[in-house]
Amino acid sequence: MTKTPVRFVLNGTDTGVFVDGGANLLDVLRRSVGDLSPKYGCGQGTCGACTVLVDGLPHLSCLVLAEAIDGRRIETTGGLRQGAQLHPLQRHFMDGFAAQCGYCTPGMLMSAKALLDRVPNPSRDEVIEAISGNLCRCTGYEPIVDAILSAAAELRGRVA
Amino acid sequence: MSSIEFRKDLFANERDDNLNEVGKPTIRQDILGHVTGSSKYYDDHLFDGLLHMRCVRSPHHHARIRRIDTSAVERMEGVVRIVRPSDIPRNLNTLLSLINFGRDDEELLATKKVAYKGEPVLAIIATSERLARDAVSAVRVDWEVLPHVLDVEEALQPNAPVVNDEYPNNTFDYHERYDHQKLRFGDVETAFANADHIVEGEYQMSPIEQAPMETCGAIAAPETNDRIVCHTSTQALFFSLGTTAKLLDMPSSRLHFVGGTVGGGFGGKVDSLVEPMAVLGAILTGRPVKFMWDRAEEMQVGAPRGAERWRIKDGVMSDGRIVARSFTGFFDSGAYTRLSSYAIIKGTGHLPGPYSIPNVAANVYCVYTNRTPATAMRGFGITGVDFSIECQMDKVAEVVGMNPIDLRLLNAYRDGDMKAHRRVAKNTALIECCQVVAQKAGIAIRPDLAKASSLIGGGGDRAVIPETVTDQASRIGDRRRGAIPTEPLAGATSKGRIPAGTSGEPVVAAEPQREDMRIDPARVGHAVSTVPKSASTSGPVTTPSVVSASATTPGPSGAVRPAPVPTVSPASTTPARPSAFAAPIPPRPTTPGSPAPAAAVPADETPPPSPSTPGGSPHDPGKPFQQGVRRPGVSRFLSGTRRR
Repeated sequence: MTKTPVRFVLNGTDTGVFVDGGANLLDVLRRSVGDLSPKYGCGQGTCGACTVLVDGLPHLSCLVLAEAIDGRRIETTGGLRQGAQLHPLQRHFMDGFAAQCGYCTPGMLMSAKALLDRVPNPSRDEVIEAISGNLCRCTGYEPIVDAILSAAAELRGRVA
Repeated sequence: MSSIEFRKDLFANERDDNLNEVGKPTIRQDILGHVTGSSKYYDDHLFDGLLHMRCVRSPHHHARIRRIDTSAVERMEGVVRIVRPSDIPRNLNTLLSLINFGRDDEELLATKKVAYKGEPVLAIIATSERLARDAVSAVRVDWEVLPHVLDVEEALQPNAPVVNDEYPNNTFDYHERYDHQKLRFGDVETAFANADHIVEGEYQMSPIEQAPMETCGAIAAPETNDRIVCHTSTQALFFSLGTTAKLLDMPSSRLHFVGGTVGGGFGGKVDSLVEPMAVLGAILTGRPVKFMWDRAEEMQVGAPRGAERWRIKDGVMSDGRIVARSFTGFFDSGAYTRLSSYAIIKGTGHLPGPYSIPNVAANVYCVYTNRTPATAMRGFGITGVDFSIECQMDKVAEVVGMNPIDLRLLNAYRDGDMKAHRRVAKNTALIECCQVVAQKAGIAIRPDLAKASSLIGGGGDRAVIPETVTDQASRIGDRRRGAIPTEPLAGATSKGRIPAGTSGEPVVAAEPQREDMRIDPARVGHAVSTVPKSASTSGPVTTPSVVSASATTPGPSGAVRPAPVPTVSPASTTPARPSAFAAPIPPRPTTPGSPAPAAAVPADETPPPSPSTPGGSPHDPGKPFQQGVRRPGVSRFLSGTRRR
């Protein structure tokens, strides 16, 4: 099987891998690069557990052709914290009990980050809209929405 | 969200600490891993040279396997190994055999026929998931499609297709006697005749898929010390370990199971189907093998909460008192037993719900159909029937023209009341819950009921076990010979009576299948005598029962047996056994119902000797895990005797 070289920036680091034709970004990140933070939940773009940011926008990595990300900037939950310093979203998810089994959490965090990067002061409805593609089966939507809103408030405070 | 109100005042006599954690946010110990994406779920363990396993599955609900043609697959790129049923050392299991309950009835890979859509018949191990998928679709199976049955009551018809060869009557065999679980308490028929109203309802639940975000799966890999490591999504690590050891006929000491970080389970990850396959793959190939269900498999093959159908008949007085309640319940177990047999025992013990009703009867059927086998899901055994009971309560309230909360308060159980499964209710709080609900919702309730308390008015007459009408109807196999009514007492040709106060007949526990499963008096928490206690003095200790005793010598399942005269037969019919386990059933009877004690196995019926425990000698660690025995029996797990 032919392999194609693909270069991209993963969480700020130049990365290059050879990918099989037809391979999806989720498998490449998990198996070839070793970033295990995006999760497989459905493989058909329904559950959002595999959400990553491509050039700042949320994408379902199970549906993204790995070859298509050549030259793009990828962000995952694995790169969300700055060294030992947790991102405010991560801290508010912890403090607000916004995760139970944790399997949907990396995807939730990415969808939330994409929102806050674009909309620093989102309404509750905008938060709900932003995570509407991320399923949580432990039924933690309310704490998740609360955590995203309080993280947004903290981030605004920092900027001011 | 943070609106949890903790009403300690209602339960002030229960706990002397302040339950400081309840209702307050707390930091989970595993949450740092969750928010940084570094928690290691089973699929987050990387192995060089990982192989991928996929199954060839039945597209039919019910079909015989005529021939499987793998010739195209054998030439395919990337295919490492075809796994056939003959590769599995002991290809027959039932999940609860590990706790001595039920007979082995399910193959890991089906050999002769499939009984539900999606049942696996073959597995293929390939170098990538895609190649494994390609290979699976290249397998040609010659199916002989059989008639199928998808409805529980159709499955009970005499001419219904046989779903599960181990249970040819399409019902689980309860206590080696009946095709259903019985519960008899008081005299429902007389009470119905004297009631002002009869209220009947039928309630049907759908199967529910647990749908965890992470699909079921396992990765197994050979370790350097002749062990196999298995990373798994299981919710029941030791169940999976024991099941794998049994199916693969290997000592569990060679298995190193790693789990605990589960991407959601809700009951759907206890069936231990993926671990034996992954471990087998690792053994056959000598390489790491991943067996992961995709989402479609999770939904189709993953065992759901089984559907239930309940019919409830209530005898009600005009003032709202429910004087009799009878249940006819059908659990859709799907094609195999898994956990449904146990869920029914649990559910029957729960009847008639949190109410004190003086006359209760139930027939509950564990029915095999050509649906996906059912398994655990959050409160299983209880949730479905509770839904039915509460719908029924509203219906009763309407008939007698009462506020539904008043009706519940009037009939609520109280501390000291005798429940139908002959355990005294304690720590009850339905009255208080109803009062708080009414108050919060601004619903006016009757002043006398607003003052009621669970601590007052229970016991006394309400603690008495009434004289109970019993029957021997619908023994195993009867239904195949001709349709008989499913309702309690309806199919009885003769009825018996056991006197008031009879807690149950002393019974002797089934021989445990392994030495270390014997009842341990220290754990049971009360003295265990060698001679079964007599019924009149046993209090709530023994299982309620009318044992047919000497007249009944259970034969093979399905055999016709003479219907014995129901009698209360004390110790004479249950010969003493060597000390430690010649015990009556300890507290928390395994069978809530009479007259079918879970463990009422006459002494001449010893279980078939298990190869691993010849003559009842201690477990030999060199031997594989215990065999599933053909005997539902006592278990400290099921009987609840692990509780101190």
